[in-house]
Amino acid sequence: MSILPPSQKIWWKEPIHGIEITWIIIALIWCLVLFAWMPYWHIYGKQNLSNESYKTPPEVFEAKANAMAKAHTVRTEPKSNIPVVKPPAGSDVYMLGRLWQWWPILELEKNKTYRLHLSSLDWQHGFSLQPTNINLQILPGYETVVTITPDQSGEFAIVCNEYCGVGHHTMLGKIFVK
Amino acid sequence: MAMFRQCPDSGLFFHKSAESLMKAHAVLGVVYLLIGGVLGLLVALTRMPSLHVLNAEDFYLALSIHGTAILIFWIIFFEMAVLYFAASTLLRCRPATPGIGWIGFLLMVIGSTLVMVAFFRGNSSVMFTSYVPMPAEPIFYLGLILFAVGALIGCFIFLGTLVIAKKENTYDGSIPLVTFGALTATVIAIFTIASGAVILIPTLLWSLGFINHIDPLMYRTIWWALGHSSQQINVSAHVAIWYAIAAIIFGAKPMSEKVSRTAFLLYILFLQLASAHHILADPGVSSTWKVFNTSYAMYLAVLASMIHGLTVPGCIEIAQRKKGFNNGLFEWLQKAPWANPVFSGMFISLIIFGFIGGITGVVMGTEQINLIIHNTIFVPGHFHATVAVGTTLAFMAITYFLIPVLFRRQLIWPNACKWQPYIFGGGMLILSLLLLGAGTLGVPRRHWDINFSDAALQFQYAGTAITMMGIAGLGGLMAAVGGAMFCLIAVGSLVFGKRLDPGASLFSSFGFPMAASCYNIERPGKLELAPIEQTGDSGVQAKGTFVLALVFLASFVVYFFINAKYLSSIWPMG
Amino acid sequence: MQRNDNQSATQGDEPIPPMQQLLDNPFMLVFIGVLFPTVFYILWGIMEIISIPAVK
Ligand code: HEM
Ligand SMILES: [Cu+2]
Ligand SMILES: [Cu+2]
Repeated sequence: MSILPPSQKIWWKEPIHGIEITWIIIALIWCLVLFAWMPYWHIYGKQNLSNESYKTPPEVFEAKANAMAKAHTVRTEPKSNIPVVKPPAGSDVYMLGRLWQWWPILELEKNKTYRLHLSSLDWQHGFSLQPTNINLQILPGYETVVTITPDQSGEFAIVCNEYCGVGHHTMLGKIFVK
Repeated sequence: MAMFRQCPDSGLFFHKSAESLMKAHAVLGVVYLLIGGVLGLLVALTRMPSLHVLNAEDFYLALSIHGTAILIFWIIFFEMAVLYFAASTLLRCRPATPGIGWIGFLLMVIGSTLVMVAFFRGNSSVMFTSYVPMPAEPIFYLGLILFAVGALIGCFIFLGTLVIAKKENTYDGSIPLVTFGALTATVIAIFTIASGAVILIPTLLWSLGFINHIDPLMYRTIWWALGHSSQQINVSAHVAIWYAIAAIIFGAKPMSEKVSRTAFLLYILFLQLASAHHILADPGVSSTWKVFNTSYAMYLAVLASMIHGLTVPGCIEIAQRKKGFNNGLFEWLQKAPWANPVFSGMFISLIIFGFIGGITGVVMGTEQINLIIHNTIFVPGHFHATVAVGTTLAFMAITYFLIPVLFRRQLIWPNACKWQPYIFGGGMLILSLLLLGAGTLGVPRRHWDINFSDAALQFQYAGTAITMMGIAGLGGLMAAVGGAMFCLIAVGSLVFGKRLDPGASLFSSFGFPMAASCYNIERPGKLELAPIEQTGDSGVQAKGTFVLALVFLASFVVYFFINAKYLSSIWPMG
Repeated sequence: MQRNDNQSATQGDEPIPPMQQLLDNPFMLVFIGVLFPTVFYILWGIMEIISIPAVK
């Protein structure tokens, strides 16, 4: 009875059921597979989170995003008045989150690689790129750098999936891949 | 002075002051379950795109209250009752310092009330995670801190009671496995609350203006040592309750004390590391830290859960087979008392916790797979299987046992009791599965409008995702009906249930002790060792359970690799 | 069923195995249960956060 003291004073030496020990071995093997999968994917997988990040004051990040936008804006999205920026392939690309928009809109080339820098100017936000479904936590004061290679063309949305106040559900961004 | 009474139905001994403390904590817990459940329903109906009942501001408020009231207040109040039960009642021992126990209770009441007041004032809709720098009112943090101090007091009284029991020699040998499970919960609770203090006290000072910056990443890392570890308290507590119910209903004895206790030791050592699940998509913390911690140091705590997942049904199977239900693989399960909510609640809790909660938890806690899951509604899908079915339903199940035994009241509406676990469990199953599905399609959690009707830019989720959110709402409605039935049965039985003991007055249902004449035992007889039974290989084997375990493993492997495949289809990144 | 004879006969004087002693000692369990996550999760985590470089 599990609600009574063990029937033997020395229970450590009780024999173990055969199926119990078999199950423990099987389960342990599976646990080790699960564990090994993560380093394996770091080496052979193509989708990893980078370990590159910096402590970046919001105003510094904003200045960099502005500079990039100034240099490479190709047009302005009419309804929201957000610039659409087309940075050169391989370059450093900045996108900032703030209440309640992702700024600027990006236009990228398919199968080209970019260094995407992400940060927030105010509260925490969630970078959720849809419909490909990549989800990252974005914090104020920290800059994440991910190297991405869009391999599908089309129009992608960035939904904010970290609660950031009453306008949270209006916070959308765009990436066009041509 | 005689302070103990013995329950004539269960044979358990209750100490007067521990009994009152148990009752008070359990009743307060149910109050918060009720509050949280009502708001949960409103949240679920708002997330049904076709109904969308609340406006945005109310939705975020309701969600903040739902998470806090139900996840923190209901669960922890009830857990405190479990601790008093596991130490005082199971060990036949007086509780250490019951007076201080009441101070702890009071702190928990005041703390939780302050948090509720902060919510209803409207300026603290920050979700239960209260990520900085989004501010809540100071009384929000203060309330959480007071609540945590109260709970910490309960933990120390639990340890103190163990010491007294040992010193006064109230039991023979080692503490029962159920008490050991409660001890595991206590150990984890102490770490949890200490982490909470480390982060919430500075945050309180920040909200009062004494500190001008709280680092958001530091906050998240340490906050989740509180937020996630508190879920591990729940796991330990409800696993202990599974063992308790297996013992109460079937007289089941653990397959092996050594294996089950070692599994709990693995919890003590490694379970709390998994707080890293919440930091996997964050910048700055290295992959080495993430891989080590998210995997509970090579999944040793998952191993422990897989062990309990085998040994709990396994010990039931063995007990049933010894009673003669020995045909085929599953006669023991077919002939189990499915109409008894204590058993059905426990078994549904076990199955859904393992198959849905456990598998999805490990999959989304895999460092890279988290990229396709972080902050999607998949996450609530996962934890409604773990904490709303696993923990809450296990607590509901034991309540059906405690109402007659602890409160000495007969359950009202036996038919409703019989169906309640199925309605609650079934509704939650639907809710969980559909949230998991919608999350896989990228639907965000904590989001008022996935149609983005008043946003400047536009995006359309797949039609299936929208449909799934609709059906999830129906599952939520069904679960809410099950939850309401539980609250009505529990409160109704305390007020209107037939008294099983003349001393069980209305008053005594809500925390006060029963009439003095009930307490007629000075000192219960010493708790003896469990009777010897055949154990080990020579005994009956739990073959049916082993087959179930293999089915579980197969589902686990398949689901893991499906998600790994899905991950490989997103944009290459690194 | 019978109490396993040779086991119960020897149990009186047999020393408790160390692992059982650990599992029977709540305060040891509290100690290691707080130590492990504090070192591996909290302290290591804080060190990682502190060592994130400032942007150039
Ligand atoms: C009455 C039945 C319940 C229903 C209908 C329900 C429904 C929901 C839904 C739909 C969400 C997701 C909302 C979102 O992210 O937008 C949610 C969140 C949540 N639920 Fe429940 N739930 C119920 C019971 C429970 C129980 C029993 C627990 C735990 C013991 C629980 C704990 C939580 C937590 C912690 C959250 C997350 C809150 C947050 O994101 O801050 N729920 N619930
Ligand atoms: Cu946002
Ligand atoms: Cu947001």
